[in-house]
Amino acid sequence: MLVDFFFQLRAGGLKVSISEFLTLLELLKKRVIRFDVEQFYYLSRACLVKDESQYDRFDRVFSAHFKGIENLFGQDGADIPDEWLRKQIELGLSEEEKAQIEALGGWEKLMETLKQRLEEQKERHQGGNKWIGTGGTSPFGAYGYNPEGIRIGQEGSRQRRAVKVWDKREFRNLDDSLELGTRNLKVALRRLRRFARQGAAEELDLPDTIDSTAKNAGMLDIKMVPERHNATKVLLFLDVGGSMDDHVRVCEELFSAAGSEFKHLEYFYFHNCVYEGLWKDNKRRHSVRTPTMDVLHKYPADYKLILVGDATMSPYEIQHPGGSVEHWNEEAGATWMKRLLNTYPKAIWLNPEPEQRWLHTPSIQMLSQLMEQRMYPLTVSGIERGMRELS
Amino acid sequence: MSDLRFSGTDRYVATEDLTTAVNAAVTLGRPILIKGEPGTGKTQLAEEIARGLDRPLLQWHVKSTTKAQQGLYEYDAVARLRDSQLGDERVHDIANYIVKGPMWEAFEQDSQPVLLIDEIDKADIEFPNDLLRELDRMEFYVYETHQTVIAKHRPIIVITSNNEKELPDAFLRRCFFHYIRFPDKETMGEIVDVHYPGLKKELLSEALNAFYELREVPGLKKKPSTSELLDWLKLLLAEDIPIEALASDDRRKSLPPMHGALLKNEQDVHLFERLIFLNQRNQR
Repeated sequence: MLVDFFFQLRAGGLKVSISEFLTLLELLKKRVIRFDVEQFYYLSRACLVKDESQYDRFDRVFSAHFKGIENLFGQDGADIPDEWLRKQIELGLSEEEKAQIEALGGWEKLMETLKQRLEEQKERHQGGNKWIGTGGTSPFGAYGYNPEGIRIGQEGSRQRRAVKVWDKREFRNLDDSLELGTRNLKVALRRLRRFARQGAAEELDLPDTIDSTAKNAGMLDIKMVPERHNATKVLLFLDVGGSMDDHVRVCEELFSAAGSEFKHLEYFYFHNCVYEGLWKDNKRRHSVRTPTMDVLHKYPADYKLILVGDATMSPYEIQHPGGSVEHWNEEAGATWMKRLLNTYPKAIWLNPEPEQRWLHTPSIQMLSQLMEQRMYPLTVSGIERGMRELS
Repeated sequence: MSDLRFSGTDRYVATEDLTTAVNAAVTLGRPILIKGEPGTGKTQLAEEIARGLDRPLLQWHVKSTTKAQQGLYEYDAVARLRDSQLGDERVHDIANYIVKGPMWEAFEQDSQPVLLIDEIDKADIEFPNDLLRELDRMEFYVYETHQTVIAKHRPIIVITSNNEKELPDAFLRRCFFHYIRFPDKETMGEIVDVHYPGLKKELLSEALNAFYELREVPGLKKKPSTSELLDWLKLLLAEDIPIEALASDDRRKSLPPMHGALLKNEQDVHLFERLIFLNQRNQR
């Protein structure tokens, strides 16, 4: 039974190793838990899943595999007493709404349907389909009753539990496969860190110590140098136009995590192409802007410039004054790009678009030329290449 | 089977999933990795396990400059060199210059200790990899004195992480893992009850409502967490704030009293004030 479970987990995209599986078996052998499917769920989760973003995936596999098994543990979860259901509903109803229910055929009928519906939903959910969404059309949704079942599980005692813990899928929001951009950026971050750590810390100045000791006629004279701090300075420009809008927060969070690694990390946002203004807060992009000139003057040339953007736009936005989709720009995007590159010799552009498509998008070609071919895809190998260029 | 069972203490409410994971780690003597929002009691867990099981607690707080070796031992070569010049007798025994780290101390305890490795994600990215063998076999080799230190009793190792760095797979495979979910209202009631037993029921439920509503506000940089709630309640009690000030229709119009304990970020306070302003305008 458990070997099957193991392979189902692997098929479900969880990288469970043999040693972790053996650990679980060892724990079961040592009777760490009582014969209780819920405890088994917690135990196997602690053993086999090592990241909260994987919890939801685990819940789904667990639910599919152990459907019906809980009865073996001597518990019957599906038995929901009438009076309890009634109490649940009454809690959320006003007098008016209760009258409406009477009109729909009275309590008894409603109870029956609701019970049926709960069963049905549980079945369907365990089959792997979506759990919520029916609420809008069901007569229960309209009365503020929450058919997701979370509330039921909390207020009911063990015997009355309608929804299993794993069926609640509370960790759905944490599943990282939902966001495409996050993973890319996480990987990107790791590379940036490695690049940032290149000034190893050394405290004892050995050559100077040997030197001084020799001069001191063999008497030890220890020379220390202050620990070298990572002095990499990074100026990060992020495109937040259109398709990239959803990822602003993610980018911000991820790169602020990188902030502890870099001595100086400054970020600015731009839209499609860099023009005369940049901004730090996307919500106030129209009211609070920083002139690009100020940025160029404020941050010296030893900053390394990283631009992140899909570079997909109309060629006019790069070539012509007034080409921007958002405002009237006095000078063309290309002029500003050249200015940036003149100030910051160490610069790269990271592009989340797949490299194969670059040839077919004129604006990417143009920017790549402007960057003197220092455009790299936002992939592991791309960032590695980019970091080599920067260092 | 195991006679050791952790089930929370009189001042720490542990949910069933947490105790299951902890007991698994205690039984097999493997490390347990704890993640969760800041302020959900990750660090406190180790203290409470030690208290609950009546074991000594050793702590190793990791910083960005901490190296794995420091947890085992450090060889103070500089002191030895100086001593050699001064002609100190101690210099002939290298063992005099080996400074034991928290892991070594833990390995030497006479009863099974609890070792807390706090905020492992703050250290260098290779840090966890350097501890693989030590965590797995619970032994290490001291090159200077040619001795192998083996744990007398496998310590209960509690490792906390704030998710600032991803931890390597090989390391994760050797640990149990638990993510402390933010407690629901019911559990939170229990937690508050444990900390402030005398709290009036109505005040508590009003305060909890205010607290969870605040957490729901979209776009907050730092959502208030359990520890902040507890601080806030302490303030409310100390100032003897009347319950009416917390009532929910009031809240749309003003910041909750003593909000400084809940909102730690200037931008968040501004955001909240703007929301209140909007609400007031809508009502007019």
